[in-house]
Amino acid sequence: MLNVEGLRSRYGRIEVLHGIDLAVNSGEIVTVVGANGAGKTTLLRCLSGVQPVTGGTITFRGENFTTVPAYKRLGHGLAQSPEGRQIFTNLTVEENLRLGAFLYVDDRVEKDMANAFAMFPILKEKRNLVAGGLSGGQQQMLAIARALMGRPSCLLLDEPSMGLAPIIVAQIFDVVKSMRDLDVTVLLVEQNAFGALKIADRGYVLETGRVTMEGAAEELIADPRIREAYLGI
Amino acid sequence: MTTKRVTLLILAIIVIASPFFFPSNYYYRVGSLIFVNGLAVTGMVILIGYAGQISLGHAGFAGIGGYACALAPVHLGLHPGLAAILGAAISGALAWAVGRPVLRLKGYYLAVATLGLGILVSMVLANEAWLTRGPDGIEVPDLGLNDLLEAVGIDLSNSQFWYFFSGLVLVIGAWVALNLYDSPTGRALRALHGSEIAARTVGIDVARLKLQAFVISAIYASLSGSLLALQNKFITPDVAGFMHSIEMVTMAVLGGVGSVLGAFFGATILTTLPQVLTVFQEYEQILLGLVMMLCMIFMREGLLPSILRALRGKDK
Repeated sequence: MLNVEGLRSRYGRIEVLHGIDLAVNSGEIVTVVGANGAGKTTLLRCLSGVQPVTGGTITFRGENFTTVPAYKRLGHGLAQSPEGRQIFTNLTVEENLRLGAFLYVDDRVEKDMANAFAMFPILKEKRNLVAGGLSGGQQQMLAIARALMGRPSCLLLDEPSMGLAPIIVAQIFDVVKSMRDLDVTVLLVEQNAFGALKIADRGYVLETGRVTMEGAAEELIADPRIREAYLGI
Repeated sequence: MTTKRVTLLILAIIVIASPFFFPSNYYYRVGSLIFVNGLAVTGMVILIGYAGQISLGHAGFAGIGGYACALAPVHLGLHPGLAAILGAAISGALAWAVGRPVLRLKGYYLAVATLGLGILVSMVLANEAWLTRGPDGIEVPDLGLNDLLEAVGIDLSNSQFWYFFSGLVLVIGAWVALNLYDSPTGRALRALHGSEIAARTVGIDVARLKLQAFVISAIYASLSGSLLALQNKFITPDVAGFMHSIEMVTMAVLGGVGSVLGAFFGATILTTLPQVLTVFQEYEQILLGLVMMLCMIFMREGLLPSILRALRGKDK
């Protein structure tokens, strides 16, 4: 579904991605784990189109996506829940969700909204409140719900567990796992390697802008190098 | 009741009820000036309050609107009312052409680029004397609507007519702005104000929407310039001047740039103050600067939202 070949990107003169190869197949949950500064977020920024690509190609459902502008990518089915829970803090919860469906003017918007509220009852409770007033976990849920309003076939998630309490992190990972039932393919970028690998089918390990390991998630979890470097075991 | 209805109701009441407290005809004149400024400031609410962009050159569009009413009837034989619409179209087209490159800029750069645009327009109006008759200004033909009303038995003095007519235009302008607020476009504007990156990820074409807000606000400014020219029956290049641009922004920021009603109160205060404090006339610009600074430091949301918040705080 999503194919990345030889992807390079730089900030000014400093190259941070040195040729990434990565593939996400339809229906999978694939995770990219790695330490701070490994280039995980840059990778996702390239995929969502807000970061210039200096080499390589991105292909989504058979189409060359490398230079498609960011705002057109959702229309093709590629949604993103951006880094740092970029919800619209001055708008209400409901307005945030409606913006997720910005591209659509039809009856399904209301149905999708009802589904989102069924999935996250807390958002229904707070639908008329300003999103900036939500707790971190609720904001993360809103970010995911908003991305789902865009009817994606593939969802990019950037560190959904960042800065959340462990119990909330578990909830968020459960939500990500439930994307399987919605037929939404997921690319999950995470620093919390253990949590991410536990729910993923496959994983990639990113180190200083290169993929150093890849494989089935359970194999990566069992790999002693990973356990030492990322799982702290 | 929704904010939209409350705002429209309050504005309508202000327009209709204020004359009962007017001791003389002069107050109609001030009231009409408030509405004219209020219209321009409503455009600023869309640009600054909704979309989060700044412009220090919108008086340029007011100048185009004003001079369209002076020149088009003479040179093109257009009715002054149609001339105002032509002016709005020219302003919109200019905003569209200039906005495409300029709105890529942010913050100071955007402010300086729009500042340059405003100054350019005002220089053209002042220097192309063969067309505009230069810095001394030019007379503007009568709109003729008041005569029409008189013919059907509604007898209003000139300032009364312009008071109610400007009031009507302001209410319509406010209605349009408030409808925009809750429309998908308005939501998208407020969204890109919050985060352009997040806005792009939900499929919003950020560049196009900013341009829309810029064009719409230019049309508001242009119509306000036309109204001013038509009721004064005279216009000078000052209408396009830098100070007028600053006034528009200050009124909006002082009142509360996020809300139509707040911005209207900003327009009211800053239109009335110079009339009341004629002794301070020479210091008007200093006072404007001071008001702006105090606002940015103590009430970043603007007067009305800050007052409302303080009142709500007391309830608790």
